[in-house]
Order: sequence, then structure tokens, then C-alpha cells
Amino acid sequence: MADRGAETLLEIRDLKIEATIYPPGEPARDITIVDGVSLTLQQGKVLGLIGESGAGKSTIGLSAMSYGRGGVRLTGGTIRLSGQEIRTASHAALRALRGHTVTYVAQSAAAAFNPAKRLMEQVIETTLQHGLASRAEAEARAVGLFAELGLPNPKTFGQRYPHQVSGGQLQRAMTAMALCPKPDLVIFDEPTTALDVTTQIDVLAAIKKAIRDTGVAALYITHDLAVVAQVSDDIMVLRNGKMVEYGPVAQIIEAPQQDYTRALVSVRQIEHVEAKAEGEPVLSVDQVTARYRGTHFDVLSKVTVDLRPGQTLAVVGESGSGKSTLARAITGLLPPRSGSIRFCGRTLAPALAQRTRDDLRELQMIYQMADVAMNPRHTVGTIIGRPLEFYFGLRGDEKRKKIQQLLDEIEMGSGFIDRYPAELSGGQKQRVCIARALAAKPKLIICDEVTSALDPLVADGILKLLLNLQKIEGVAYLFITHDLATVKAIADSIAVMYRGEVVRYGAKSDVLAPPFDDYTDLLLSSVPEMKIGWLEEVITHRKMESAGN
Amino acid sequence: MKRIPLSALLGLTIVAAYFLAAIFAPLIAPYGMADAVGGVWEPSSAQYWLGTDSIGRDLLTRMIYGGRTTIAIAVAATLLSFGTGATLGFTAATLGGWVDQALSRFIDLIMAIPSLIFALVVLSVMPVTVGTLILVMGLLDSTRVFRLARAVAVDITVMDYVEAARLRGEGQIWIIFREVLPNALSPLVAEMGMRFIFQVLFISTLSFLGLGVQPPMADWGGIVKENKDGIVYGVTAALYPAIAIATLAISVNLVADWILNRTTSLKGGRNG
Amino acid sequence: MHPVVKLLAQRIALGILLLLAASVLIFGGTQILPGDVAQAILGQQATPVALANLRAQMGLNDPAYIRYFHWLFGAMHGDFGTSLANGSDVATDIAGRLANTLFLAATAAIIAVPTAITLGLISVRYQGRWPDKVISAVTLATVSVPEFLLGYILMFFLAVEYPIAPSVSTIYDSMGFFEKLHAIVLPVMVLVLVVLGHMMRMTRAAILNVMQSAYIETAELKGIRPFLVIFRHAFPNAVSPVVNVVMINLAYLVVGVVVVEVVFVFPGMGQYLVDHVAKRDVPVVQACGLVFAAVYIGLNMLADVISILANPRLRHPK
Repeated sequence: MADRGAETLLEIRDLKIEATIYPPGEPARDITIVDGVSLTLQQGKVLGLIGESGAGKSTIGLSAMSYGRGGVRLTGGTIRLSGQEIRTASHAALRALRGHTVTYVAQSAAAAFNPAKRLMEQVIETTLQHGLASRAEAEARAVGLFAELGLPNPKTFGQRYPHQVSGGQLQRAMTAMALCPKPDLVIFDEPTTALDVTTQIDVLAAIKKAIRDTGVAALYITHDLAVVAQVSDDIMVLRNGKMVEYGPVAQIIEAPQQDYTRALVSVRQIEHVEAKAEGEPVLSVDQVTARYRGTHFDVLSKVTVDLRPGQTLAVVGESGSGKSTLARAITGLLPPRSGSIRFCGRTLAPALAQRTRDDLRELQMIYQMADVAMNPRHTVGTIIGRPLEFYFGLRGDEKRKKIQQLLDEIEMGSGFIDRYPAELSGGQKQRVCIARALAAKPKLIICDEVTSALDPLVADGILKLLLNLQKIEGVAYLFITHDLATVKAIADSIAVMYRGEVVRYGAKSDVLAPPFDDYTDLLLSSVPEMKIGWLEEVITHRKMESAGN
Repeated sequence: MKRIPLSALLGLTIVAAYFLAAIFAPLIAPYGMADAVGGVWEPSSAQYWLGTDSIGRDLLTRMIYGGRTTIAIAVAATLLSFGTGATLGFTAATLGGWVDQALSRFIDLIMAIPSLIFALVVLSVMPVTVGTLILVMGLLDSTRVFRLARAVAVDITVMDYVEAARLRGEGQIWIIFREVLPNALSPLVAEMGMRFIFQVLFISTLSFLGLGVQPPMADWGGIVKENKDGIVYGVTAALYPAIAIATLAISVNLVADWILNRTTSLKGGRNG
Repeated sequence: MHPVVKLLAQRIALGILLLLAASVLIFGGTQILPGDVAQAILGQQATPVALANLRAQMGLNDPAYIRYFHWLFGAMHGDFGTSLANGSDVATDIAGRLANTLFLAATAAIIAVPTAITLGLISVRYQGRWPDKVISAVTLATVSVPEFLLGYILMFFLAVEYPIAPSVSTIYDSMGFFEKLHAIVLPVMVLVLVVLGHMMRMTRAAILNVMQSAYIETAELKGIRPFLVIFRHAFPNAVSPVVNVVMINLAYLVVGVVVVEVVFVFPGMGQYLVDHVAKRDVPVVQACGLVFAAVYIGLNMLADVISILANPRLRHPK
């Protein structure tokens, strides 16, 4: 798997990890989170741990520090770090190890930094604690790392408090904190997941460069195969606490052996033929400008887009681009300051309260977080049945029959009708929300980041279902997302938003073809591709461009 | 239906027993409420289970009737404080804007003065009757209910499912009673238990200070006041209300904890 | 202006405003009686001359707002009028009694605050194990009994059955410091027990909240000793919530004093207030109400001021 001559740093054999769970109203019981996982990491190599939520990848990563989060216990197998067994090691031995030989980079650096202490204090804390260097040396090393990781003003950066720097900078500062004591192994736990896509690429490049320059070994944990392909030497695919496949990056990406790995590799490669922009638009947003009450800037400024019946308009942008605000303006939750919205050939009243029942019925919405979009005290039957009752006056058997029909459409059985949302999986919850929207027989559904909170394979299932339903019902989608892979999979036309403005708009094939404006170029080129060497290509390309300017 | 944990079951049983004793006091009390039946501070005996009080009345009888008065006043004050506080709190949360601002600031102001002090100030000029007591205690405590009801309702009204209902075109009635209320009920019911206990302590304190229930009517705070001079002679008569109040308070606490836990586990259930 | 200074100024101004508004409420609270105040005070048997005198003495012939401003103006200059019951100067009476009450409350606070924080820390350290459970059960019991009953329970056991402390806590100016301390052993114990329960439970919750933060896990994963994790990483973030807990409970203590003073016949503000409520002595009740409200509002304001000062986001803005 790795160079034969290299020295083994970390060796895990038959790892078993258990936890005690406390289900409501039932006695506590033990469950196995990780079972029979073995791995080997050579010095200076990077192993990617990949899997969906519940795969046990973070738990395995932390086991390299012999740490169980919450009530998690490492109950079986061996964990040898530089030849030393650490699973059963004493607290004192582990303290000597943690923060010195092995260090950790958390997903949310914003929460992982102590808000009451300056960054420098925290970055050099372990170096001083373990007596590895004097304060002056440690600070000099930290400043060097700040510079290497591309942080602004490296000399004074450490004097700031965590809340005074941006999320991307904090993530890099956390990497500096992990590298400062010159560890043998760094555990990166989803370090770029919480970042915007254009920030992610910079942090990713900085991390990769730092790993290469310091020669440190790393466990890189993520749910995004395209990201891990850029930084790892080997990859282990995990599912439900068990190993699925383990091998060099090239083999996993290009010749996966297992069905599950193949599914992960081919995720979001949905074929969708773009439809021509024909017919009267079902929705026309014309020069819409909006701002929130009590603020002094426009969150939407002169937004103009059209959507044809039965088609999908993807509105894409990063956090703060105003894409969700556009949805609020269209639904009437945030009446625009100026501009007009035409829907099904009639001009919509700006505020929700003034709209007719048909306006409301024909314009439905699906949310990002399905579990807060459904009242936890209502059953699936009530949730889907209410629009039928409210808009069409259906009652009794007639209503129940229609609910069952809708449940069939979203590929869920009628057995779900009396269940509560808490009893459903993430994907099932989102399907129920789709059924609730469909129950109103809408002309347009606004989908606000509907797949962002889901695992890739589940998200794929939802996207396929949406495309399928579009064919059957002829409903149009306004699809709001930050994820360009999703956009490519389902859009007919695309609007790219940046700071409240539409910077690029047109048919999918036009928007995704050069020549690009600067922002769209940045955005498109930042989306990780499932291709080895992609990161280097993009960075080189950008350097050349900025040198050319 | 999930099983009720032992602690909650115990709490429920004791609370039920107290309420039954309060309701059927005249049937179970061995003597008349104000009848002097024996000597002063007689020790407990087969005839007088808990002994007699400072003027020779049967103490068990006094305790049962005292529980009736104390619990009745506390229940009435709790209902008043919930009626007022919850109504105003929900109104403030769902209407928002200046109504919310005005109500919230006014409540802040009332809460800036300790309730006991405010009650004493008002009772210094008001006639001390059961009606006045309930009114003063209920209204003062409604400030706490207001805060909780408003906070809970605000948390719920920002949920996407409430927005979904608004987008559907549902009226205020559906939104308050079908979307907000079912989710607000458990914390409010648990809080109701806590407020009830607070009212029991409040009325007992006022009676002890001589500003609550007036003799010859019995109530737990009054029993302490009537018998406190016996303490220095080693007479425990004044301590029985302590046991009664403490067991009632702990029992209600146990039940409230259980109700709250049920709610949180239902909310947290989405992970499991 | 630095945003912290601005926030502090706002908070202090709000405190003063609250106190003014509270004075309106307290004054208003003694005016809400339907009918004639003088009649209510003197009773049905009062002679017309006595009623007229009392009305003149209380200024009842003026409209309420004029009387309010008279009263407020006087209060701001330390003049609370004279007692209706015995004609003595209210401000003078209060001065001596306030000192006694503060002595009692301060003694209780000096014992309760460190004990509560220590017990809170022990509960957190042994969370879910027996020390935590024992502390939690005992404090639940103490907060479930009203102050006056706790007072009599202690009096019964510690002054009567096993006499180690006096059952009456009357103190005089002529008494020495330790004599006074000995006299107030029982009331201090009651106050400590009552306030300890709340303070310990809230401290425990505040520290647990901090200990569950991601940055505490970071510190553990940095191999830092448990003591240093608590001292360096948990403590600076726990200061503000714990100080808040302490202040809220001190405010609570000031109110608990009222009842405890009555139980132990302690010559403080509380007993003074309760006595004069029964006598319907309005000027005394108003003055005591205002003093209690001022202490309560002041402590709450202090809690907010400390929270503001302890918040790094406010001290070091972007």
C-alpha cells in the first residue's frame, strides 16, 4: 500500500468502539459504533477516512489519540503509535502524547478555539506545556506557520482573539496550532466542510502544502471523496462502522472494487438534458430590490430572472449572496422595496397577507432542514393531509386515499401514514416535505438547499425523485443551492448570485461555458473534482492568471 | 405509551393524595376545624395523632384543613398567573412589534422589584382577604409565566413548520392552537408545577408574617405562626407544616422533571 | 467611545431608570386602595378630627402626582418623612436597621458564595456519581422548604434540643463584634442553606455548560492537565455566568432576610418592614420598599456590568 521501506507510525488492528445510548423511555443499552477496523499509516503519509454520517470515521480518527468523545469507549483491538500501545495507556502517558506526538484539527475551529484567549497563546500552548521550546522560539515558529498557511499579517495575527478573524482564517490558525509542536501525526476532522467553496480551496491548498513541507503524517476525515482525493495517499471507505474498501487513492477513484465505493465515486453524475427556454414564464422576477427592516443595505438588488413551466432554475451562490432572500421575496415573507414578481401570468401582491389562496397553493416551498420544517407533534398523515384539506376540502377516506397515493409517489409505503417525523430518517423526512408540497398541486416549488443537510447518496436519491416528479407533474423548480454539482445535475437555467446581485444568468449550457466573468470562474473552478491532481491544476492556473494580470 | 419512571410515579401518588385530602378535608378530618378539643400542646396520642395546638385544637385536623386552604389559594393564584401570563406571553410573541416591546418592558419593570416586597407594599393598604391575596399573588407571579410563555412561543414561531403554515395561508387560530401550542404545552405544564409550589411557599410565608390567611381559618403558614412559641419548650407542632410543604414541593418537582424530560426526549428523538 | 464604555453607560442609565420606575410602582402600590386611605388606616371608629389630621399629615388633599414628587424629592435627600405609628424619623430608623441587615446578609454571603462555588465544582467534577447526587438531593430538599420553616427546624434542633446557639438574635449597638456574630449564627445558617441550594445548582449548570464546549475538548486533546484545562480554559469563560449566578442569588438573599429576621427577632430592615405593614404605616413601607428595590436593582445591574466586562467579544471588538 505504501513504500515498503518507510517506517510504520500508526497501526490499528481489529478496533472495536462502543457507546452507551439512552433512548427516550427505554433502558440504556450499548451499541457498537466501530467494529473490526484495521489500518496502517507510514510516516509522512496521508490516509483519508471517508464515509457518510454514522460511518464512524471521526471516532476512528480520534482513536489515534486514544480519545472517545462523549460516552464513547475504545473496547477492543490494538492501537500502536510509534510502536507504543495507546488504547490501554494511562492518562499521564496519553497526556504526554496528545498535543505533542498527535494533534487534532476540528471541523469547527470557531467553536474549538477558546473565545477568551488570544490566538497566539492557544497556538503555542502545547509547545510550551510539553517543554519543546522557549516562548520566543515557539512564537517565532507560530509566526512562520501563519506565514506558510497564508494568513494575513503573520507577525501580528496571533495577537487577535478568535472572534476577530474569519472562519477560513480560523481553520488555518487551527492547522498552525496542530503543527506548532512538530507532531508526527495530525488528525484533520472535516477541516473544510463548514467553509464556503471558494474559501475551502484556499484552506485545502494551505493544508496540503503544510503537510508536504513539514513531512507530517495525517489522517484526513471527510465525507467528500473529491476533497480527500486531493490530499491523501491512501483512502479507507467506511460504512456503519465497518471498513468497505481500503487502498491507494488512484485505485479507489479510478477502479473501485465495491459497489458502495462505486456509488460514492459516481455520486451526482445524474444525466439531465437541458430543456429549451420555451413558453410563457411561470415566474418572472423583475428588478426586485429588497432589504431587511432596520438595516441600511439592499440584500437583493435589481434581481431579474425568468422560469419556464416544468423547468428548473438554479440560483447558486455562497453564504451571504442573497439567494435565500430571493426565496423570501418571492413567497411574500419579505416584501420587495421595488420591482415586481409575476406568477402564472398575474402580478403577485408584495406581501403574503394580500395574496389569494390560489397564489399560495400554486407556489410551494421545501426547506433545507426537513426536521424543523415539520411539526414534531403531527403525524405524516396530518402533515401531507393538511394541504389536501385546506386547499381542496378533502376529508375522510378520500383524503386518506390521496395521502397514500402521494406516499407512493415519493417511494414510501402507506405504512408511514401514522408515524411521527422523529421516527423517520433524514431522507424520508425530506420526501415527506416534497409530498406536502405536491399535495397542493403547485405550478412552482421553491427548493431551498433541500439536499445540503443530507449525505451524498441520500441527496442523490432526492434529486432523482425531484426530476422524476417534474416529468410526471410538470412542476417548475426554483432550486437554491451553494453546490455546483447539484446545479449541473438538475438545472435548465442558472442564475449566479454574488452580494445580492445576479452576476450571470442564462441557459445552463451558456452559464457553464467560457468566457466567464471573474466570480463565476472562481466559483466554478473551486468545486472539487473527483480527479487526482485537480487541486494543483487549479492553483497553478490561478497563479498564472494573477501573474498575467 | 412509555412507562412512568418510579420517581415520577411516587411524586404523582403523593401529589394526588394531598389534593384528595384537601378536597375531602371535612370527611377525613377527625375533629372540627376550630374546635378546641384538648389541652394546650398535648403530645401525640391515639386520640390526637399529632397532638394539639397552642389553644388545644387537634393538630391533624388543623393540618388537613390548613392544606385545604393553602392548596386552594395556591391553585387559584397559579391559574390566575397562568391565565394572565400565558395569554399575554403568546400575544406578545405572535404579534411582535410594539405590543411585544411595551409588554416586555413593563414586565421587566415589575420584576425589578422582589415579589415579596411588592406584595408587602400592596398589602399594607389593601384589606387582607383571600380574594386580595389570590389577586396579588397571581398577578405578581404572572410576570414569570409571561417570560417563559413568550420565550417558548418565540422559539417555536421561528421554526420552518410555522413559516410553512403561514405560506399555506393558515389563520392565526390554526397557527397558535395547532402549530405552536402542542409544542409549548410540556414546558408550560412543567412550569405550572413549579409556579404552584412557589405559590404554596408564598402564601405560607405571607400567613406566617401575619399578612396572609387570617385566623381562625387554618393554613400551613398560619399553623407555624400560632405554634412557633412552643419551639423553645421543645414542642414540634410548628414543624409539621415544614414536612408537608417539603414533601409536596419535592413531589411536584419530580413530576415536573419527568414531564420536561419527556418533551426533550421527543425533540431529541430525531437523532435516534 | 469604546463600545464597552457605551454599553456600561447604557446599562447604568437603565438601572437608574428602572429604579425611578420602581419608585413610581411602589408609591402607586400604596395608592390603589379604593376609597379613603386615612379611613383604612385608622379604621371605622376614627373620629372626623383624627381623619382630617391624618389627611393633612399625609398630604392627602393634594393630587397623587404632587405627593409622589414630594416623596421622591425627599427620598433623594434622605428624607422619608415620619412614621405614622410612632412619629419617629423614618430615615434615622432605617439607617441603623439597614446596617444590621447588611451585616447579616454579608456574613451569610461570605460563607455561602465560596461554599456554593466549591460544591458546584465538586458536582461538575463528579458529575452523575454519588457526590453529585448527594449534593443535588440535599440542595433540592433545602430549596423546597420556606425560609421561616427552615429557621424553626434549626431553632428546634440547635437552640432547644442541642443548645449551641441562641434562639433569639436580637443585637444591640453595645455588643462586641464576636458577640454579634454568635447571636446571628442561626439566621446566617438559614440564609446560607436557602441561598446555597439555588446558587450551587445554577453554578453547576453554568460550569457544565462551559465544560461541554468544543474548546474544552480541544484543550483535552492538546494533552493539557485537567487542572490547567479548568483553570486556563474553563475558568475565564465561566467567570461571567458564575458571577451572574452569585449576584442573582445575593439579590435573592436580600429578600430572604425579611422572613428570617422575623423568625429570629433580628432588629433589621425586614422586621421593621413587616411590623409596619401590619400597622399600615405607609411612609415606612414606602421607604423600605424603595431601599429593598434599590439594593435588588443595584445587584442585578452589577451582574450585568461584570458580564459585559468579562466578555472578550465586547472588550476586543473586530
